Amino acid sequence: MQDKDNTTLAMDADAIRKAIRRIAHEIVERNPDPSTLVVAGIPTRGVEIARLIVSHIEQIEGAKPELGVVDVSMHRDDLATRGRLTAVETTYLPVDLDGRPMVIVDDVLFTGRSCRAALDAISSFGRPSCIQYAVLVDRGHRELPIRADYVGKNLPTAREEKIRVRFESIDAVPDSVRIVRAPL
Amino acid sequence: MSGWNRKDLLAIGDLSAEEITLVLDTARAFKGVGERSLKKVPALRGKTLVNFFVEPSTRTRLSFELAAMRLSADVVNMEATASSLRKGESLKDTALNLEALHADIIVLRHSSPGSSHFLASRLESSIINAGDGAHEHPTQGLLDVFTMREKLGGLKGLKVAIVGDILFSRVARSNIAALNKLGAEVILVGPSTLVPKVFGKLGVKVVHRIDDVLESCDVINLLRIQHERQRREYFPGIGEYIALFGLTKARADRLKPGCLVMHPGPINRGVEVDSDVADGERSVILEQVTNGLAVRMAVLYLCSGGAPLQPAKPSREVSR
Repeated sequence: MQDKDNTTLAMDADAIRKAIRRIAHEIVERNPDPSTLVVAGIPTRGVEIARLIVSHIEQIEGAKPELGVVDVSMHRDDLATRGRLTAVETTYLPVDLDGRPMVIVDDVLFTGRSCRAALDAISSFGRPSCIQYAVLVDRGHRELPIRADYVGKNLPTAREEKIRVRFESIDAVPDSVRIVRAPL
Repeated sequence: MSGWNRKDLLAIGDLSAEEITLVLDTARAFKGVGERSLKKVPALRGKTLVNFFVEPSTRTRLSFELAAMRLSADVVNMEATASSLRKGESLKDTALNLEALHADIIVLRHSSPGSSHFLASRLESSIINAGDGAHEHPTQGLLDVFTMREKLGGLKGLKVAIVGDILFSRVARSNIAALNKLGAEVILVGPSTLVPKVFGKLGVKVVHRIDDVLESCDVINLLRIQHERQRREYFPGIGEYIALFGLTKARADRLKPGCLVMHPGPINRGVEVDSDVADGERSVILEQVTNGLAVRMAVLYLCSGGAPLQPAKPSREVSR
């Protein structure tokens, strides 16, 4: 179903909520003690998804993982080609990472370069016992040997297409994931 | 959508309020890097920065040097006394040589106003103005407003008094530009020889008695009396300057609670400010130094990115 604005709805608010809840269940299954877990989002929308995952885990298990923010922009390898820059968010990791399991969370997994940068950023804060990776959408086209441990939805895309993720809390429009077709 | 796509930082006068805020927000993130156990990020790995200081400086040069190192850039320091400028090579030729050596960023301090504009329009390298004569010192202005914003929450409606040698001060000009754009109220204080009425045209208030502002200002920024630029006739003597404009202990006691005492350094202790006040609880002079590092990291980071040929895109939809 293609809309007039050249986008296709891939997930609506309900589908997003269910996918995030399922991811929370899978995380709990693999990490028996959620109180030691650190769930860190990559700004901007990865932080929102991480926040939702943490509140689901708290509902499921009664124990709350630590919520963090990992900024990756200082650790990317493509600064000179990134076009217009926006403000860098502050990395916030409330606890010592050493020996704790960690889940990094992002909205879209594409080339894998954000994830590489996140791993690099985390290594300058500490040494988690393991790092897992959760994404709302995996759209393919990896440029690095990286895969996600938890995937909300696999969305095969063409390279020229874009994935637009929106959250009501950030963008003031209903939660949605849309595929933006390449201009003809 | 606001963003940054400049290769140079030449003057705060060129920037919009949104761009200033973007630098301050970015600096906040970079301040966090200094508090990590591993104080280094790879953002500028492989880039070369040249500190090209035709006028002497310790803290600004050191601050840029550390900022570049924390961003993983390679740094070369060059001073006029040890360079071919002494043999009569022109500024432009020296700079073209730096560019031929693939310097990505040139941090320039020079005694001529407009020298960094001159280089920026002729070179591909990023030019960062680290003070050009009595024109501007943009990173100092940015670190001053960063400190005010961090300490007092915001800038809108703040009353900021800038005291002393305004006429010769690039710090004052950068502060005035930044504070005006961010909605603060600026009051210049000094003898009429150093604060001529013409400054009123910049949209600021001019007063000639420090006692008129002590009770009402939220920030008092004391500028250094620049002996090296002074000629004798601007005021009768240091003793008289202290009596009329020095922030003595007695005057500092009249400042309102929470008022910040700032100074860009180097301090002439006992002239612009008493030692007790400079080291007192209102003083944020050393925090300015810490914040300067974060602001310079942000500026180097922003000016190294942003290939200007690409159209602006919402950040989320660029390659992930």
